[in-house]
Amino acid sequence: MNRRTRLAVLLTAVVLLGTVGTAAVLRAADRSAVRDRQQTDGPTVRTGDVVLRPPGERQLLVRNLAWGPHRDEIATVPAGHPDGPRTASGVKCLRFHAAAGTGICLQAERGAVADTYRAVVLDAHLRIRHRFPAPGIPTRSRVSPSGHLVAWTVFVSGDSYAGTAFSTRTAIADTRTWALDDNLEEYAVTKDGHPYHASDINIWGVTFADDTRFYATLATGGRTYLVRGDRTARTLTTLHGNVECPSLSPDGTRIAYKKRLPGASQDAPWRLYVLNLATMKETATAEHRNVDDQALWSGNDTLVYALPGDYGSDLWTVPADGSGTARRMMTSAVAPAYAG
Amino acid sequence: MYLADSRNSTTRTSTAAPGSTRPGRRPAVPGTVLALGAVSLITDVSAEMITAVLPLYVVTALGLSPLGFGLLDGINNGVGALVRLAGGHLADGGGRRHKVVAGIGYGLSAVCKPLLLLAHGLPAISSVLAADRAGKGLRTAPRDAMISLATRPEHRGRAFGVHRAMDTAGALLGPLTAFAVLRVAVDGYDAVFTVSACVAALGVLVLVLFVPARLDSGQPASRPAAVRPALRDSLALLRRPGLRRLTLCATLLGLTTVSDAFLYLLLQRELGVPADLFPLLPLGTAAVFLLLAVPLGALADRIGRRRLFLAGHAVLLLAYALVLSPLRGPVTVGTVLVLHGAFYAATDGVLAAATAGVVPTEHLGAGQALVGTGQALARFVCSLAFGAAWSLWDGRDALAVAAVALAAAALCAARLLRTGDPSGADRDPGDADHDDRRTPEGAPR
Repeated sequence: MNRRTRLAVLLTAVVLLGTVGTAAVLRAADRSAVRDRQQTDGPTVRTGDVVLRPPGERQLLVRNLAWGPHRDEIATVPAGHPDGPRTASGVKCLRFHAAAGTGICLQAERGAVADTYRAVVLDAHLRIRHRFPAPGIPTRSRVSPSGHLVAWTVFVSGDSYAGTAFSTRTAIADTRTWALDDNLEEYAVTKDGHPYHASDINIWGVTFADDTRFYATLATGGRTYLVRGDRTARTLTTLHGNVECPSLSPDGTRIAYKKRLPGASQDAPWRLYVLNLATMKETATAEHRNVDDQALWSGNDTLVYALPGDYGSDLWTVPADGSGTARRMMTSAVAPAYAG
Repeated sequence: MYLADSRNSTTRTSTAAPGSTRPGRRPAVPGTVLALGAVSLITDVSAEMITAVLPLYVVTALGLSPLGFGLLDGINNGVGALVRLAGGHLADGGGRRHKVVAGIGYGLSAVCKPLLLLAHGLPAISSVLAADRAGKGLRTAPRDAMISLATRPEHRGRAFGVHRAMDTAGALLGPLTAFAVLRVAVDGYDAVFTVSACVAALGVLVLVLFVPARLDSGQPASRPAAVRPALRDSLALLRRPGLRRLTLCATLLGLTTVSDAFLYLLLQRELGVPADLFPLLPLGTAAVFLLLAVPLGALADRIGRRRLFLAGHAVLLLAYALVLSPLRGPVTVGTVLVLHGAFYAATDGVLAAATAGVVPTEHLGAGQALVGTGQALARFVCSLAFGAAWSLWDGRDALAVAAVALAAAALCAARLLRTGDPSGADRDPGDADHDDRRTPEGAPR
């Protein structure tokens, strides 16, 4: 084959492969445009005022995933009628949580090259009070019961030379002073009663007890632990093994969490459990499917969590004491929080 | 597919292969090296497109929590090392084998890209990535052997520098391409995978079309093409003092080379790099590597590859020292990254060039694989040890120990390499042939 033939073959291949690539990109662009059009069988979504201190009935705030112009916006429904019409706020968040008139919203921001992420603290009218840069893909967020503290976790992927190792960064900010602890891995760790250092420590899923104490997951050496954290003393102390994404009940007595079942498939290893902090007794909930979410307490007896659904994810609910059955509460929603 | 290769290497003509013009008139960087560089560039665009979006894809599109995803890395490293040795050995089979084995490696990685469209769980994705990495392991040694064969010995440093620079350019372009696709098609991860597959296919095609199947560097053909070295012969390469010393040095220094991931983590913790700037650290290293690979490769041709290889590690030692020093602030972080990139530019391609100088041409694949694998495994062991040391003391102390070990290793390596070259001038071009004549295979040393 001479040079000209080779160049001709190359050119043909470039045109062919270029066509395939362009077609794939256009098809994907088309598909993403469809998601911005109103979904016919979906819930009614209209714009309106969304506030974190509602005057009347308790409200449930979620990231709305229903297709249409308000996809990914924080929307609200009456807590008693989660299936009802949604009121969209116009504020887009990947993750969201709120308590006592403070909201934390993890957003993507279009950068020159890639998206960057930020953690935005919102007031009761979802107006921006403060922005923090976030170093990776948002995964968890929480506000303390007082509304004074916010926490968020992002995934950070290793550099390209190191391959595909993931780690997390968890930060806590004080909304009164804007003081920021941008990496909880810097706290002093006590594991099984001894001081502990390791390069592979990861921390995620903060849940606040009050403005000093919190709980979170600490992972090291391929195992996960429930840790109790102290923001003033800057310490983390392990309490229990095999706990991920803890969520403290409003009465402060129990932790709902993801437990990795030893026999379960690697694809779907987690079940929703509740740990009694006084007795350290674990109770399995009636949800037997794989749950990969930080559950939310609706009162002291019921858990709300996300499971994969037709439009990304749906919200489900199950009693916290292991009784009853799991019920679907609303479709096309994720990242729930109660207000009022 | 490639039909133009001449069977008779003594009657090469300039049309036989791009870049293989007549001896004496061949350019410092032959067309074959540029072609292999282009293949690496294109393949790296494809690979880094995936690497850049995979975390986003796993977390946002699949909705998975990928922690512990890196656990497979250890196993992958071990398998990768074996595959690399196998690739090097198989490639030495004579004829067009270098190209065939490299082609299979590039092809395997290319096939993995569309497979990602089908993999929806972490175990499946991990398997695809492992296969992708096996392809990389398979092609590395034959590719470096081809670069060595295509280039005149005295220009190999620069040739490898050009190749590594092109490779790194691809690694920097990949993420840009991927994010551009995601700009046009929001959440279009399947489009990213498809484009990546097309780019990878193009890379394989460039290899098939523009890299000649038969390569030689103007040295007289030393063997009939049909003789295939036995596995024993490949392993017996380590009996050659030159190669043994080089492998030993690469391994020794690899044992004290702290992995990039740890270094960036230390930069963040010790020098206070803000968390949101953390993802930019590898880009800094890569950019410096890209800029310095060619000039340092050419420098290696002038002052000696082993000398520059050692100097590169001295630069790394300087980087460690800077991290351990009380200096802080963006200038210090930038300087560490410059030193780190310079370390890669002074050692990565330069080691391959030095290896080519101490291995007979019929064993180039196996020789490249031995040195490369020794270094890679040593670095892996270092990562394990460094992680353990970090747990035992803390990151800073672990780095201090690594720095002392690196200094000691560098001194040993300097001694080892100097004994290998009594004249003191460690110019390796052409060493292989001289070495060949001085030390026949299996001769007592």
